[in-house]
Amino acid sequence: MKREAIKDKIAGIEFRILSPKLARKLASVKIMTPELYDADGYPVDNGLMDLRMGVIDPGLRCRTCGSRVQDCPGHFGGIELARPVMHVEYISYVYDFLRASCRSCGRVILSEADMEKWREKLENAQKEDSLVQVDIGKALLRKMKNASKCPHCGEKQEKIKLQKPSTFLEDIRKLTSIDVRERLERIPDSDLIFLGMNIMAGRPEWMVLTILLVPPNTVRPSITLESGQRSEDDLTHKLGDIVRTNQRLSENISAGAPQIIIDDLWDLLQYHITTFFNNSISQVPPARHRSGRVLKTLSDRIKSKEGRFRHNLAGKRVDFSARTVISPDSKISPEEVGIPYEIAAELTIPERVTEWNIDWLRKFVENGEKYPGANYVLTPNGRKKVMKEAKEVILSELAPGDIVERHLIDGDIVFFNRQPSLHRMSIMAHRVKVLPFKTFRINPAVVHPYNADFDGDEMNLHIPQTEESRAEAKVLMALSTQIITPRYGSPIIGGSKDYVLGCYLLTKGNKVFSREDAMQLLISSGIEDIPNKKEFTGKEIFSLILPKDLHFVEDLEKAKEAEKNKDDSIVIIRKGNLVTGVIDKKSIGAGRGSVLQEIFKLYGPKRSLEVLEKISLLGSNVVMYFGFSVSPADTDVSPSLYQKVVTRLSDAETKVDDLIDLYNKGKLEPYPGRTARETLETSILPILNKARNDSGRIVLKEMTGKDRTFLMIRSGANGSPLNMVLIGSCVGQQNLRGFRINRGFRNRTLSHFKKGDLGSSARGFIKHGYKAGLTPTEFFFHAISGRDSLVNKGMRTPKSGYLQRRLVNALQDIKVFPDGTVRDASGTIVQFSFGEDGIDVSKSDGGTIDVDMIIRRHASK
Amino acid sequence: MSKKIPSTIEKRLEERIKLIDVDTSTKKKIRKEVETEFQRMQVTSGEAVGVIAAQSIGEPGTQMTLNVFHFAGVSEMNTTVGLPRIIEILDARKTPSTPSMTIYLKKKYAKSEDDVRKVAAKLLHVNLGDVADDISVDLLNFRLTFSLDEDLKKTYAVKVKEVIEMLEKVFKDCEFKMLKTEKIRVKPPAEADVKDIYKLKVKLLDTFVKGILGINHVLPMKTESGEWYIKTAGTNLKKVLEIEEIDTVRTSSNDIFEIGKVLGIEAARSAIIHETLEVLNQQGINVNIRHLMLVSDTMTVNGEVKGITRYGVTALKDSVLARASFEVPTKHLFKATVRKEIDHLRGVVENVMINQPVPVGTGIPKLVYRSEKDGAKKRDKSSK
Repeated sequence: MKREAIKDKIAGIEFRILSPKLARKLASVKIMTPELYDADGYPVDNGLMDLRMGVIDPGLRCRTCGSRVQDCPGHFGGIELARPVMHVEYISYVYDFLRASCRSCGRVILSEADMEKWREKLENAQKEDSLVQVDIGKALLRKMKNASKCPHCGEKQEKIKLQKPSTFLEDIRKLTSIDVRERLERIPDSDLIFLGMNIMAGRPEWMVLTILLVPPNTVRPSITLESGQRSEDDLTHKLGDIVRTNQRLSENISAGAPQIIIDDLWDLLQYHITTFFNNSISQVPPARHRSGRVLKTLSDRIKSKEGRFRHNLAGKRVDFSARTVISPDSKISPEEVGIPYEIAAELTIPERVTEWNIDWLRKFVENGEKYPGANYVLTPNGRKKVMKEAKEVILSELAPGDIVERHLIDGDIVFFNRQPSLHRMSIMAHRVKVLPFKTFRINPAVVHPYNADFDGDEMNLHIPQTEESRAEAKVLMALSTQIITPRYGSPIIGGSKDYVLGCYLLTKGNKVFSREDAMQLLISSGIEDIPNKKEFTGKEIFSLILPKDLHFVEDLEKAKEAEKNKDDSIVIIRKGNLVTGVIDKKSIGAGRGSVLQEIFKLYGPKRSLEVLEKISLLGSNVVMYFGFSVSPADTDVSPSLYQKVVTRLSDAETKVDDLIDLYNKGKLEPYPGRTARETLETSILPILNKARNDSGRIVLKEMTGKDRTFLMIRSGANGSPLNMVLIGSCVGQQNLRGFRINRGFRNRTLSHFKKGDLGSSARGFIKHGYKAGLTPTEFFFHAISGRDSLVNKGMRTPKSGYLQRRLVNALQDIKVFPDGTVRDASGTIVQFSFGEDGIDVSKSDGGTIDVDMIIRRHASK
Repeated sequence: MSKKIPSTIEKRLEERIKLIDVDTSTKKKIRKEVETEFQRMQVTSGEAVGVIAAQSIGEPGTQMTLNVFHFAGVSEMNTTVGLPRIIEILDARKTPSTPSMTIYLKKKYAKSEDDVRKVAAKLLHVNLGDVADDISVDLLNFRLTFSLDEDLKKTYAVKVKEVIEMLEKVFKDCEFKMLKTEKIRVKPPAEADVKDIYKLKVKLLDTFVKGILGINHVLPMKTESGEWYIKTAGTNLKKVLEIEEIDTVRTSSNDIFEIGKVLGIEAARSAIIHETLEVLNQQGINVNIRHLMLVSDTMTVNGEVKGITRYGVTALKDSVLARASFEVPTKHLFKATVRKEIDHLRGVVENVMINQPVPVGTGIPKLVYRSEKDGAKKRDKSSK
């Protein structure tokens, strides 16, 4: 690969209508015959695979530019059409033009006065590329279409109709493409502006084709099957049809065939050229392959998600990337990513040899394919040397100026990504940590921004190849710089699961650790600066991971009392010491008001990452130190208490039954604007919900406290009180589309119930907990509700995905200018200051300036 | 560039600083630090705030409910919430699927529930059919008679006289007469036949007699702070604002186009922000208001509400390629040829397409190296 400095930049791309003249100039061959290859399999001259249109076979040379396959970009050919043919994609424009121009003199049907009035406005609008032009144009067109007499020559105008797809009727007489072209030719240049056309764009008659440009061979390469048979591209097939029809048409014309035959052939040619451009026009049967498959022609190549724009231009395939399953590893830093040896030995980083690093790089070259080695060496004269062969020669020739493509090693910067990439934290820069085994490893603390779990998720890795990109990655994309989300300005990365639980266990109460135990915990968590003490409290151990001069008060108002009582009600940190309070998810997890946010603010990304790293190590070590397990018995409920639940639920049931009774008797007072039935439903729901909540509260009283499962919940590590209630007490009402379950059989949900039964259990109320077990009918209701939520999720994902695409597309060009204004790509000011005050959310304290925090800091000094 | 601290922050600072007991020099230090903090937090030039805003709203979309209906308060009125509502707002649909108003009253009219109910009754759109009772067609004399239900008359606060006045305005060729029994007798035009009289009956029942057109339901509700307000189904902002008892400052509709029409584009912008923010808050999703402001501002920059769709904001883009890469590319390409459009490649996608650095963030600054040979040539040219 030759690398050359790029001096030129594309400044713009201009779009115009292709003129027949330019088309003839572009066409390096006139296609005369539909044949492709001769008996020897060599492309026929003036055929559709003519070598003057570029080469696709290795070994042959292009007859236009003389280059080989890699270097020949391909050249256009041309088909001279025996009769002009409409271009489908321009039909609607031609239709407008025909109706807006005089059938005899060709002038636009607008009085001189009107022209004078509008001309200047339109010209200015066109110069400025303003959209006003469109609005005026539309209004004028409407006016012209309805005029019945030409103001210039006085000719009476006939109604022109478009018979889709491409036939124009004047009254009932058919206008041939020749007629149409003639009329368009008559429209003077000076009138085009009133038709919404730019004079510089070309002539309207060019919308009726007289020559068809044939795409180069390279655009429609043929493939050779295993059997040696050639299989042609869809476009070549279509072009073959066109050439064949065109040939027949021209033969028939010169032979003086009857008009009907010529017209038929002309229509056929029109059909083929129409489908060549666009094969999915309504009213036109799509052209098919011999096998019956619909041909993919030009517009299909451009359109939709798999088309050129979205598939190849707005998104591209890349080299230097890898993808595999992810798994957790809490022993590596959140900023690292564990990479299998196999991948590390395949992906490379180009490193320029200098006299200072030549010895270091030589080692890679010596290792060759063996990790840590190098795969290629690039010399200044552009040759790429493969390591396998002639390693010795390369080694001896290695000199400053060469580029060694060395394997990934620990510490390299890489991009790590999980789809769907919904926000910028979906792609972050990590440091490489090469590890055995075949999965990518990440610290569980970073699953949140990626929205990843380890049930088989795969993630992608990309290796930046230039020094600039690596620098940007480090400064802008490193995980540590992404801790605060720009969505609401609080940490999105923080302690979770075991880490939270560990810190909770460590700091709860006044646990005392012997020096040995404390050392064990601290050293294995990477903390080496340990005070010389005989005994440590849990809070002291935790304090060692905090910055030495950190002040933190969870709640300023309650602070004084809490500090006096030392009752652990809120977290207070003074001079890096946890004075009182239990560390839980609220204080070290993601979200607003955590210690992490304060640390990030005061000490920056690097320090925050260190703390996070230590939290994860210490947290998991503490959990291992104490040991932690849960048991189903944690959700046990004493029989007496359970009896209470049963009574509470049957209370609710009777209440519901009473309501139903009332309803059946027709005595239920409906809410205004509602039927009695709707009123019944809306009154039942809160009763049952309340019953479930109450029953939960009853049970939770007993479960709260010492049980290990509840420790998990209380610390915020995992689970919620609701989970306990569902297991131990009552699952509650099952919903389908937001209502009680009300479908299934006629007038009843399941055949186990009487028809018309509206009672709680017949409509999906589950009065058992998961542990007590569901009755068969309850089980069904639960399954219904479960399926409903799955379906719901399935419908939500594409909807919100489309919304996201639209939002990004609409706003992608909007950025902050040096003067602080927010503008779009054309320079239109959208806001004078971002968000009215110019505050960058990701640099803020949860969206504003936390005045209290600043005051607190100064007051406590 | 140094900017002034927004007054809201200044106000809060002064409020909070009063509460603590420190000397003036510390206070001064605090003020200074707030100032430097504010400057530190300013957005960097080149920041792609658009993409960040789009992602901030789009990303939590998967967490939102798809359930269209949510029971507001006493469960009589439905409102569209969650993702469908967000989509509806950002699409800039002409009418919301569940139009609704929140009407606040001036203090003196909102003292008790009864007061509020009275105003609510005034607002409610009442058709004759809602209050009429006892409708009979007298074919012999070719007359129609009906009375107003006593109870309903009270709940809707309808007076017979008013009803007759309203009806006379609509049915100019009929004669209305109030009988002693408070019944209303209708005399159809002379040329009417039997068919017409039945048609007239249906038409009469469907005639708007009282309240405000389009307000189909009213529901007095209480805020958490104990203030009474009225929630409605159906909206008619213009007419409601004309009513004396209404607090015109806080009363609003969820129909963004209506707000735009009645109160202007700035009000529409604000409505978009607040409507989206409300939906997000309901769903427990935290999105900074600045992102919503940006979206709302792009939707309203050119003076009318444009949706985030291919017909709205995207259609306004200068770049052919940017439009083409979004939806229906061929249409845009052919249109571009007719208008001789030039794509100046100033946007993001355009530059992605041609493999050039994107003009955003670190892609903006440029460093040009002029080799000796090139440089000499260029300088020659410029000196001429």
